[in-house]
Amino acid sequence: MNWADTILQGILLGGLYALFAAGLSLVFGIMRLVNLAHGDLIVLAAYLILVLVDTLHLNPFVALVIAMPIMFGVGWLLQAYVLNRTLGPDILPPLLVTFGLSVVLQNGLLQAYSADSRRIPSGYLDTASISIGSLHAGVMPLLTFVSAVAVILILNRLLYATELGRAFRATSDDAVTAGLMGIQPHRTFAIATGIAMTIVAVAALYLGTRSNFDPTIGPARLIYAFEAVIMGGLGSLWGTLIGGIILGMAQTIGGAINPEWQILAGHIAFVLVLLFRPRGFFPRAVD
Amino acid sequence: MDGQTTIWRVETKTSASTAFAILAVLAIITGLAAPIYLPRAMLQDLFFILTMLALAQSWNLLAGYAGLVSVGQQAFVGLGAYVMFAGVVFLKLDPLIAILLGGIAAALLAIPAGIFAFRLQGAYFAIGTWVIAEIVRLLVAQWKMLGGGTGTSLPASATRHMQGVDLVHRLFGFRPAQAVDVICYWLALLLAVATIFMVYRLLRSRHGLALASVRDNQEAARAVGVDARRLKALVYLASAFVTGLVGALIYVQKARISPDAAFSVTDWTAYVIFIVVIGGIGTIEGPIVGVLVFFALQKLLADFGSIYLMVLGLIGIVIMLFAPQGLWGLFASRTGIQLLPVRRFLRGGPIKN
Repeated sequence: MNWADTILQGILLGGLYALFAAGLSLVFGIMRLVNLAHGDLIVLAAYLILVLVDTLHLNPFVALVIAMPIMFGVGWLLQAYVLNRTLGPDILPPLLVTFGLSVVLQNGLLQAYSADSRRIPSGYLDTASISIGSLHAGVMPLLTFVSAVAVILILNRLLYATELGRAFRATSDDAVTAGLMGIQPHRTFAIATGIAMTIVAVAALYLGTRSNFDPTIGPARLIYAFEAVIMGGLGSLWGTLIGGIILGMAQTIGGAINPEWQILAGHIAFVLVLLFRPRGFFPRAVD
Repeated sequence: MDGQTTIWRVETKTSASTAFAILAVLAIITGLAAPIYLPRAMLQDLFFILTMLALAQSWNLLAGYAGLVSVGQQAFVGLGAYVMFAGVVFLKLDPLIAILLGGIAAALLAIPAGIFAFRLQGAYFAIGTWVIAEIVRLLVAQWKMLGGGTGTSLPASATRHMQGVDLVHRLFGFRPAQAVDVICYWLALLLAVATIFMVYRLLRSRHGLALASVRDNQEAARAVGVDARRLKALVYLASAFVTGLVGALIYVQKARISPDAAFSVTDWTAYVIFIVVIGGIGTIEGPIVGVLVFFALQKLLADFGSIYLMVLGLIGIVIMLFAPQGLWGLFASRTGIQLLPVRRFLRGGPIKN
């Protein structure tokens, strides 16, 4: 086993997990809502991109540009008409509604696209790679990682340097007082979920081009995203990237030792982090 | 002031509950005798309904009363089932004893699982329990002696010589395979009734009152001396034990196991959640109504595969959004009828002549 290579692959895989997690992290940070359908929404977006690529013969990256506003709309509508109704002191409604949504999405996709596993074709990028010395990295994994860093940079910029970001943070701190200052919390939430779904579209592109997917893989992606967010520490987007990298490295190292241990190694790393650092590596939020 | 005495009483009894208690006893007796007058296929349907009911009651206790929304109950179903298999295959135990072993194993798993999951709050607790279930599934899939990832079957001879098969054979003249179904059905009936009774007794006890106070206002409850954490841990343990027993029993009847089936989030958690939500979360009657609706829907839509689950999910969402108290809650709030009342009523008062 080439250790340097394994670690590099793990870090790059972490980029994908950070992309899965960024949307989840954003939505939780602003409205304390955990969307159990997050993984299934990633899979939905992957099918959307696949359909665009297949029917319009688009380049997957062009398809992504079309899919992003569509997913923004999906997120906006979902939040405005469904999830906003569930917000409140009781944690049951949002959990059970998003769990129901997860089951509906999974089975809707099964009905529409069957259980066959699919892949978004990305032409020569599928196999293109760059080598530095003994290290080899695929172009797609590298692009994934760069995209994850870019998404987090843009999100941080959005949160801390724009008026919308100020509204997000104000609503997160105290929705009622924010409302008194002229911010409409429910509208703000709808925009936040819209943005989260735009990131989901980016994550879906890399999920769909790097490996096969089928309608049932959503829940596992939700779990990875969740593990990345918790390990990184709630409320910190850079922490989420670190969490994703830890998960990615644990999985690739575990998988290099024994392919059957790949997923298990990731979960065990998560349990260990939670036991020794219950609030993750870079906690910001108190709750 | 003459002739006026003040007698306030705290009661939980309602007139409907007394009538229901009599009906329930009759129903249990009719249920016990079911193998005499029902065909085997219907007995298997009843087995399914009763096991789902027991799972739903224990999840309802967790989520509806203790506020612990677990999405990882399949960990206990699966482990209970696998330990039962191990007991029968390796230790040559009677399946009935192995079921008990399965329940104990699930309760033991709940200790580390609880220590881990209780570090997570609210929604994160939900996903945390799911991660635990995944870990257990992946570990069990490494258990090569029980078939690894592909699973294994229960030796036919093991269930055929199970306690009671002889008795059923002599009583009704059923062949062993059918006798096993009869025994599993009786055990399912016993488990479902015992679970309902246990939840009912718990909620009427002072622990139940403490649990309700924690649910309604944790700070206030702690201020009057309720140990919320300990109480929640006990509920988590009890529900794991019941879930493990039910899981083991289900797999005695199925006689074939694989990690993907035994740790299925759809079969053992999604269905259960929908049963409780549709029927009415936070009531004992709710899961009973829910399991009947669930079964009717399944019979109706069985041929449509994934559409069935979509419909179930949509009904769950609509109920949660527009009638979060569920079907039973709607009925009870309109009529005021409570069959298994756990709410305390203050009755009596100054008697005026």
